Amino acid sequence: MLEIKNLKASTDDKEILKGLNLIINKGEVHAIMGTNGSGKSTLSKVLTGHPAYSVDDGEIFFENTNIKDLSPDERAQLGIFLAFQYPVEIPGVSNEEFLRIAYNIRQKYKKLEEVNPIQFFDIIKPKLDLSGVNVEFLNRNINEGFSGGEKKRNEILQMCVLDPKLAILDETDSGLDIDALKTVSNGINNFMNKDKSLILITHYQRLLDYVKPDFVHIMYNGKIIKTGDASLAFTLENEGYEGILTDIK
Amino acid sequence: MSTKTTETSLENLVNKPYKYGFRTKIETDTIEKGLNDDVIRLISQKKMEPSFMLNFRLKAFQKWQNMKEPDWAYIEYSKANYQSIRYYSAPKKKKKLNSLDEVDPELIQAFEKLGISLNEQKKLSNVAIDAVFDSVSIGTTFKEELAKSGVIFCSISDAIQTYPELIQTYLGTVIPYNDNFFTALNSAVFTDGSFCYIPKNVKCPLELSTYFRINDEESGQFERTLIIAEENSNVSYLEGCTAPKYDSNQLHAAIVELIALDNAMIKYSTVQNWYSGDEKGKGGIYNFVTKRGLCAGKNSKISWTQVETGSAVTWKYPSCILVGDSSKGEFYSVALTNNYQQADTGTKMLHVGKKTRSRIISKGISAGHSRNSYRGLVRMYPKALNSRNYSQCDSLLISNNSCASTFPYIKVENSSSLIEHEATTSKIGEEQLFYLLQRGIDVEQAISLLISGFCRDVFTELPMEFALEADRLLSLKLEGTVG
Repeated sequence: MLEIKNLKASTDDKEILKGLNLIINKGEVHAIMGTNGSGKSTLSKVLTGHPAYSVDDGEIFFENTNIKDLSPDERAQLGIFLAFQYPVEIPGVSNEEFLRIAYNIRQKYKKLEEVNPIQFFDIIKPKLDLSGVNVEFLNRNINEGFSGGEKKRNEILQMCVLDPKLAILDETDSGLDIDALKTVSNGINNFMNKDKSLILITHYQRLLDYVKPDFVHIMYNGKIIKTGDASLAFTLENEGYEGILTDIK
Repeated sequence: MSTKTTETSLENLVNKPYKYGFRTKIETDTIEKGLNDDVIRLISQKKMEPSFMLNFRLKAFQKWQNMKEPDWAYIEYSKANYQSIRYYSAPKKKKKLNSLDEVDPELIQAFEKLGISLNEQKKLSNVAIDAVFDSVSIGTTFKEELAKSGVIFCSISDAIQTYPELIQTYLGTVIPYNDNFFTALNSAVFTDGSFCYIPKNVKCPLELSTYFRINDEESGQFERTLIIAEENSNVSYLEGCTAPKYDSNQLHAAIVELIALDNAMIKYSTVQNWYSGDEKGKGGIYNFVTKRGLCAGKNSKISWTQVETGSAVTWKYPSCILVGDSSKGEFYSVALTNNYQQADTGTKMLHVGKKTRSRIISKGISAGHSRNSYRGLVRMYPKALNSRNYSQCDSLLISNNSCASTFPYIKVENSSSLIEHEATTSKIGEEQLFYLLQRGIDVEQAISLLISGFCRDVFTELPMEFALEADRLLSLKLEGTVG
C-alpha cells in the first residue's frame, strides 16, 4: 500500500525528516510513537502534501504510484486520509454540505453515481452512531464551537464516510476521556479491514489497548530508530524513551 | 499557505475575466458633451417634463456649481471632468413604444446576453423587470399584472408624466438635492430610473427588479429610483448592473429614495457588477451612489442587502432614518474587491424615534492590490429612547497586497440606548484551505466554499433568485482560469 524510501523533508529551511523508511501493507495497523519534535506530525503532513513542507529527497509510493509531486486533493482522491491533530473551524460551511461534497468527489473518482442530500442522509446515518456523533452535528458549521472530543469524533466520522484506503490518525486519542476513547476506537476498528491500512500516531499506550497494532515504530530525530510488535509499546511505557535510546546506543 | 505556489494559485483564482464587457452597437440619440443650464433644459424637454421638474433640476444645478467634490473617503482617483461627460444618451426609437414587442431586437438581445429576459412569455420566477439602458428605461415587464393589485411599477420618466402629484410629494424628501455633491449633480441631470408605489394593505405579488446597463463610453449614468410603501404594505426590490469594458472611466451617480409608512416593509437588494477595470487598474466605473430609506411610520422596516463586486471606485452608504417609533433598519453587505479596485462603503443608521432597532452585518473581501473599507455611522438622537443597534464588520484578506479598514462612527445622545459593535480581520485560512483539500476538494471549490461560508449571514438575507446569482457571481470572480 505505502512505501516510503529515504524520505527527507523540511519546513522553513529546517530539516525535520532525515531519511525515513517505512513499508505498510494492506490490512496492517502501524503505530508511530516518539518524543515531541521527533517528526511524527511532520510525517503525516508530508504524506498528505501540506504545502508548508518540502520534500528534499526520497520517494513516497502509494499503490505503486509516486505521489511526491501530487497536490493534497489529488492524494486525498487516491484514498489517503488524515485525521487532524487540531481540526480547524470553518465558519458558515455546514458539516453536511462539506461531507456531501467530499463524498461525491470520492464517488466521482471511483466512477460511481453522485448522491443527492436525501440519499446522502441514508448513507451517513449509520456512520453517525459508529463514531458517536449526534445527528444535529450535520447542521452545524465545520468544527465551529465543538469541544475537543467532538472535533476528534468528527474526524472519525469523516473517515468512516469517505472510506479511504490509508488513514493516518494524528494523535486522535489526545484530549479524549476514557469513554470517548472507547467510542473513537470502536469507530476505528469498524473502519479497518484486510484491504485497508492504518497509521496511528500517538504518545500513549492506552489507544493501543483498543486498536491493536501489528507494528510499533519509534521515531527519533526524523528517523525510525526501532521497530517491533505491540509489545514494544509496553516496553516504552515502562522504560520511557530514555531506556530505548540507551538500548540502541 | 505560506508558500509562493498557493499565493499564485490564489491570484489566478481571483483574476477571472469580466463576462459582461461586451458593447452593443446601436444608433443613439445623444446630446453634446458638457453641462450648463441649456443642457438641463434640453434633458427636461426631451423627457416632456412638467415645469416643477425643470425648476427642481435648475435649482440643483445652481447648488452643485457651488459645491466641492467630497474627499474624505479612503479612495484615490482622478476626478472626472464634468464638462467632458455626455449627460444624455438613448437608443434611437422611431416612435413611441406601445409594448415590449416594439423594442429594438438588438436591445432585447443585449439583455438576453446578460441573462435578463424581457420576454414575458419566458417569465422568470416571479420577477417584474424594468430595464434601463444608458439614460433611459427601455421597457418594464408585467405592468398589467401588477396594476391588478394597484402596484405601480414603471420608469421614473413615465411616473413624472403620469403621476406628477406623487413625484412632487415625495421626490427629494429623503435625499434633498443639496445633500451632497453627487446628489446635486444627479438631481440636475438624472435621466431615468424606476418608480414603485405599493398601495395600503398590499403585499406586492412579484419581486420588482431594475437592471441597469451602461453602454456608451462617454455618457454618465445618473438614474434615480423612488419607492413608496404605504401603510401595511410590503415589497421586495432587486437591482442589478453591468457595463462594457472601456479603458476610460465612466461615471455612475445614482440616487435611491425609499419611504416606508406605518407597518410597511421594504426590502432592497443589489447585486452590483459594474466593470471594475483591468488587472492594472485601467478603466472601470466610478460608482458614487446615495441611497437612503426613511422609516416614516411606526413599526416600519427597511432592509438593505448589497453584494458589491464591481466598479473601479465605490462610494456608497445605503442608510436608514428611523423616525417612526419601533421602526427597524437593516444593512447586510458583501463587498469584494480585486486588482486595483477601491471600495469605501457602509451605512448610516439614524435613530430618531423611540424603541428603534438597527442591525449591520458587513463582510469585506479584499484580493489583489485592492482597498476595501467599511465606514458606518450609528447615531442615537436624544428622543430615540430605548433604541438598539448591533453591528458586525468582518474583513477577509485574500492577498498580501490588499488592504481592509473599518471606520465606525458612533454617537449616542440619550442614556437608555444600546450600541454593540464587533469587528474582525483575518487572512484566508491556510489551514482551513488545507483541511478542505485533504478531503479531496480542489482549490477552486475549497476557496468558494470558504468565501460563501464567510458571506453566509448576508446571502441568507437575499431573495432566493438573487442568492444564487450572488453565489455564482462571487465564484465567477474567484474562479480560476478553467471552466
